[in-house]
Amino acid sequence: MGYPHKPHPRETVVLSKHFGDPEARTYKGWVRRGGYEALKNALATDPAAIIEEVKTSGVRGRGGAGFPTGLKWSFMPKEKTKPHYLCVNADESEPGTFKDREIMRWTPHALLEGTAIAAHAIRAEVTYIYVRGEFTEPLAILEKALAEASTAGVFGNMKIYLHRGAGAYICGEETAMMNSIEGKRGNPRIKPPFPAAAGVFGMPTTINNVETLVAVPHILKNGAAWYKGLSLSNPKSTGTKLFSVCGHLAKPGNYEVTMGFPLKDLLYELGGGMRPGRTLKACIPGGSSVPILNREESESCLLDYEGCVEKGTMLGSGGVIVFDDSTDMVYQIMRLARFYAHESCAQCTQCREGTAWTTRILERILTGQGAMKDLDLLLDLADNMTGKTICVLSDSCAAPVVSGIKKFKSEFEAYITGKKRPVAA
Amino acid sequence: MSTATQEYQAVFAGKTRAQLDEILTRYPAKQAALLPALWLVQRERGWISDRSMTEVAEVLGLTPAYVKGVVTFYTMYHQHPVGKNFVQVCTTSPCNICGAEGVVRALLEHTGAKDLGATSPDGQWTVIEVECLGACGFATPVLINDDFIESVTPEKVPELVRKYR
Ligand SMILES: Cc1cc2nc3c(=O)[nH]c(=O)nc-3n(C[C@H](O)[C@H](O)[C@H](O)COP(=O)(O)O)c2cc1C
Ligand code: SF4
Ligand code: FES
Repeated sequence: MGYPHKPHPRETVVLSKHFGDPEARTYKGWVRRGGYEALKNALATDPAAIIEEVKTSGVRGRGGAGFPTGLKWSFMPKEKTKPHYLCVNADESEPGTFKDREIMRWTPHALLEGTAIAAHAIRAEVTYIYVRGEFTEPLAILEKALAEASTAGVFGNMKIYLHRGAGAYICGEETAMMNSIEGKRGNPRIKPPFPAAAGVFGMPTTINNVETLVAVPHILKNGAAWYKGLSLSNPKSTGTKLFSVCGHLAKPGNYEVTMGFPLKDLLYELGGGMRPGRTLKACIPGGSSVPILNREESESCLLDYEGCVEKGTMLGSGGVIVFDDSTDMVYQIMRLARFYAHESCAQCTQCREGTAWTTRILERILTGQGAMKDLDLLLDLADNMTGKTICVLSDSCAAPVVSGIKKFKSEFEAYITGKKRPVAA
Repeated sequence: MSTATQEYQAVFAGKTRAQLDEILTRYPAKQAALLPALWLVQRERGWISDRSMTEVAEVLGLTPAYVKGVVTFYTMYHQHPVGKNFVQVCTTSPCNICGAEGVVRALLEHTGAKDLGATSPDGQWTVIEVECLGACGFATPVLINDDFIESVTPEKVPELVRKYR
């Protein structure tokens, strides 16, 4: 992807149509491109009808969990006895993922429009857009767009505020985010209660990812049937998806394709293939929290929720990390484990101890002090870290370790047996 | 002269106080203004001292210990003064395989900061490694103060450092 944005012929450009076009950032420019029409119509439509349309479209959350968006909205109380809140998840910090940043940088009004429609649908008076602290540029761009659109009066009585994070991956987890907005440490909360019952400030709340929300105006404008038609394989995965492709690849960047697009084509055609003389070794298709695929699996994987599950991994956030044959998988898996150890909020023993211990064992193996039984220990630890904690950060640390040992065991063994020279870790 | 004996100048006075007052209107609870208030302190002072945490606590009706607990949770709040140019380099896996370590080395050398987290003798530079900056397709991203710079390579470092010096 370069700027000005010239999409690859095989891309289906819906959300990224105006990437690279600075005029689309301005209120006037956005309106000239048909912006805020969907919002105007939505505000004159019954919220229940909007939720129904979004349900029918089949759109699922793009933040990682893939929960059906219309269904999530329908969980908000029908009887309105308390204030409702919308939180927009713009905390994008999952290694490999950089799509929300691009959406906010180039089309801030698309996010504001989708946000306002969602707020209307769930009848939220107040919305907080939680932007990660390091996103200085998207923050400034959003701030300007919000001021412009507010002055133009497009939001009616709704209040939309930006809330800046301060450096904590875990605040992307929805209940941690709510605590962070409340001025607390970003510790995830035990569920239930679910956010729709008691979310931010104890009030009914919906949390949606940036990319999820920018799809909504398109769904309302073109109809749920159109959106549903944007699917190449499974009817349960609809619409377009932005895939952030990074790592060992000729042309890293964001590519927007229809659900069900072959991962192989994303890597070799859109992403320009490997660097000269290199071959694909492994790929993580859904951000660092999902299991690693080997070459064979990557080359036969279809990019939708079901296609990824079929290969034993997940679509996650759509952050595609590519490793070529020059990669030391043991080192990279250690590096990922270290990420989770650094980002654990430390509430749960399995996660706090497990992420740190996993990292230490991997470091030990890399520095030539590992033993064969360390591999079993890692797997045993991973087992104890999966499905046992308040949030899934712990599981996310285990995923690359378990899949890594399974698929690249000989690389671990080479360090342990001394066949491979130790490295500094 | 020790700083403890100096008169503490409140952060939340004049324009900054007015900004905080506006921020307070956005939330149904005072405490929710804590992260924004800490950002204001850091903007005004460059870092967040214990004394400033006490001021924030007073203004928002919290205890200093509580405020400290929050400050320490979030990595972007400085609990110590840092160099005039604060440099954050991503070294998480996707950037690591694209050469982030070389960028870190070049930055430490050319800024004179030498060690990660240390401030260069001229007080100009502090360089730290951070986890994923959300721009992995533009390896290696570097944040210098509020400027987000994409696709930094070791070769580009000398020029970059010159620009900020
Ligand atoms: C550890 C952790 C980190 C997460 N980080 C993010 C994130 O950065 N951005 C995001 O949108 N969702 C993130 N999520 C998922 C959110 O909890 C939530 O499912 C999502 O924001 C819901 O929006 P959606 O339904 O539109 O996808 C994270 C989840 C976990 C467990
Ligand atoms: S799993 Fe880890 S990050 Fe999640 S709540 Fe428990 S300790 Fe915190
Ligand atoms: S890994 Fe470096 S920006 Fe994401």
